[in-house]
Amino acid sequence: MDFELTDDQKSIQRAVAELAGTFDDEYWAERDEKHEFPWDFYKAFADAGWIGITTPEEFGGTGLGILEASLLLEEVAASGAGMNGASSMHLSIFGMHPVIKHGSDELKQSTLPRIVDGSLHVCFGVTEPNAGLDTTRITTYAKRNGGGDYVVNGRKVWISKALESEKVLLLTRTTKLEDVDKKTDGMTLFLTDLDRDKVDIRPIPKMGRKAVDSNELFIDGLEVPEEHRVGEEGKGFKYILDGLNPERILVAVEALGLGRAALRRAVAYGNERVVFGRQIGANQGIQFPLADALARLDAATLMVRKAAWLYDQGLPCAREANMAKYLCADAGFQAADRAVQVHGGMGYASEYHVERYFREARLTRIAPISQEMILNYLGEHVLGLPRSY
Amino acid sequence: MKICVLVKEVPDAAVQKRIDPSTGRMDRNGEKNLNPYDTHAIEAAMQIREGGAVEVDEIVAVTMGPSTAIRALHKAVSLGADRSVHLSDDALAGSDVAATGYALAQTLKRESPDLVLLGQQSDDGECYTIGAVVADHLQMPSLTQVIQMDVEAGPPTQLRCERQAEYGYDTVQVELPAVISVGDAINEPRYPSLKAIMGAKKKPLDALAIGDVDIAADRVGESGSKVICGDFKAPPAKSAGEIIEDEDTNETVEKIVAWLDERKLI
Ligand SMILES: Cc1cc2nc3c(=O)[nH]c(=O)nc-3n(C[C@H](O)[C@H](O)[C@H](O)COP(=O)(O)OP(=O)(O)OC[C@H]3O[C@@H](n4cnc5c(N)ncnc54)[C@H](O)[C@@H]3O)c2cc1C
Repeated sequence: MDFELTDDQKSIQRAVAELAGTFDDEYWAERDEKHEFPWDFYKAFADAGWIGITTPEEFGGTGLGILEASLLLEEVAASGAGMNGASSMHLSIFGMHPVIKHGSDELKQSTLPRIVDGSLHVCFGVTEPNAGLDTTRITTYAKRNGGGDYVVNGRKVWISKALESEKVLLLTRTTKLEDVDKKTDGMTLFLTDLDRDKVDIRPIPKMGRKAVDSNELFIDGLEVPEEHRVGEEGKGFKYILDGLNPERILVAVEALGLGRAALRRAVAYGNERVVFGRQIGANQGIQFPLADALARLDAATLMVRKAAWLYDQGLPCAREANMAKYLCADAGFQAADRAVQVHGGMGYASEYHVERYFREARLTRIAPISQEMILNYLGEHVLGLPRSY
Repeated sequence: MKICVLVKEVPDAAVQKRIDPSTGRMDRNGEKNLNPYDTHAIEAAMQIREGGAVEVDEIVAVTMGPSTAIRALHKAVSLGADRSVHLSDDALAGSDVAATGYALAQTLKRESPDLVLLGQQSDDGECYTIGAVVADHLQMPSLTQVIQMDVEAGPPTQLRCERQAEYGYDTVQVELPAVISVGDAINEPRYPSLKAIMGAKKKPLDALAIGDVDIAADRVGESGSKVICGDFKAPPAKSAGEIIEDEDTNETVEKIVAWLDERKLI
């Protein structure tokens, strides 16, 4: 058994940490406060080729695995960039997975090289207000307009980065739920232009990760050429499912990175702050929760490394990817919560940054998949208990 | 024109430096990295190449160090060097600055560079002297603490350099070949691209032992070094500062001004 990362993987970690390190906590606090997309951060990573880390080489990428992508996003988050930094590039790195796997050559040629060079921003349009986690209940509908092309109507919610995006990877129904044999049938995926004349985009005021917008989308008569369809009609849900495990792995490492950033600050403050004539870190009531957070982060790290490794080996990894997301989100959140506690009142002040980490870490327990749905998966598919929902 | 850049693997800047009490030397376990000053030297070489005033055929990264130093070379080529040379030999362990400079010079002779660049100091040893020792062995002129460098195509090819001296700035003209050590103010090193990182191992690397470059064994290593490490002490702990409580701001300002004045800082 070999737990060591390769030299290349270590070089990736270090290079990302160095580049991300040029954008400090003040940079992120300001982007967050002003709700400004981190353009210069994004450009620095795009220019150095990081956005194409998993994109196949024939489209200009580097064709590396999910393990390498996870090291990238973990270091980004751990630099203090947190979910603001990770979300600015997360979808470009991972979201195009269904297109790479199922898209036509033409669709790939016209989009992937631009994803890699950073010039094409794409958002991911799955969630709907009336479907929630039960994705089969989406109602956004793509109707053939007589010829081969489609017209789409419907509503999406929480669509991140839509304001910056030129295109949307859009999950629709092409057959209504009541007309399909299997409820997962009849859904179709498109990678199409987010035409502002036909799509009204409204940002949702939210708790954290405010540098990257999340939006409601009101889609009214969006025309979509047939060439923008990803793969076959009716198989969209299956294509999305293919990407769930890597998505879980990447969200897991983002939570992990945030937890590490929070712990780093907590330890620094514990060493520095003197109350009752001694460093607060000398109190076990402060020290033990941090030591415990470290143990949980390290244990969660092992799970997510294993999940990524399995995925890259082409082995089944749903159990590990789900567990990794679950454990990392909890460990990251707990570390952030404890970092706030260690800082006392200053933990509540923006100046110390841990409240920002805390707000962002909270997100990883909800999206893109809630902790409850992970437990549903493990209960049903790993333990063999009855389906509970 | 061929540029050789001397590089060194040093303990990572993030690692707390400490003396190993059992050896009296710096503890070099733990994370290591390419000496940050050397990244400025590589960047300077890249800027000469990209500046176009002269044709740069090759940029070669050269290091002397144990097997792990390969990682510093990989980083150097990921930052733009075309290939690298790794001088590694058990006989070299414990070399002082003079012995190291001699060994590096012997290695450089094999390359016949037109320009040798290096960082003005290493993050661990901080001797500032390797450039001068190497230049002496190579019979080349040497400049230190260079913070600006412009190439004037020849013949003869010349460099116009600005040096950061204690008393101000020198502008110096030097004819190539020369050995130039650079300060960190010379440029803002680029960050390696992902493709460059992944391609680093594919760039040629010459592994050399002392016999390959005519290094006399008795002039290197602990036995060939005349500087013997004596006792090492950690620096004295910083004394606690003076805290001026801000009760009345006018009074506080006066106190601070008086404190600074006393020490002739204003
Ligand atoms: C900041 C942010 C960014 C986002 N970005 C995107 C994006 O870019 N694209 C996109 O498509 N979506 C995005 N989302 C949406 C996200 O994926 C969903 O919010 C998430 O999947 C949860 O779905 P929901 O909000 O509809 O929760 P609901 O389905 O309404 O669930 C509410 C709660 O009930 C629980 N619950 C529901 N059913 C069960 C059950 N059977 N058993 C146990 N518990 C249950 C859930 O776990 C959850 O806690 C984003 C969300 C946020 C907050």
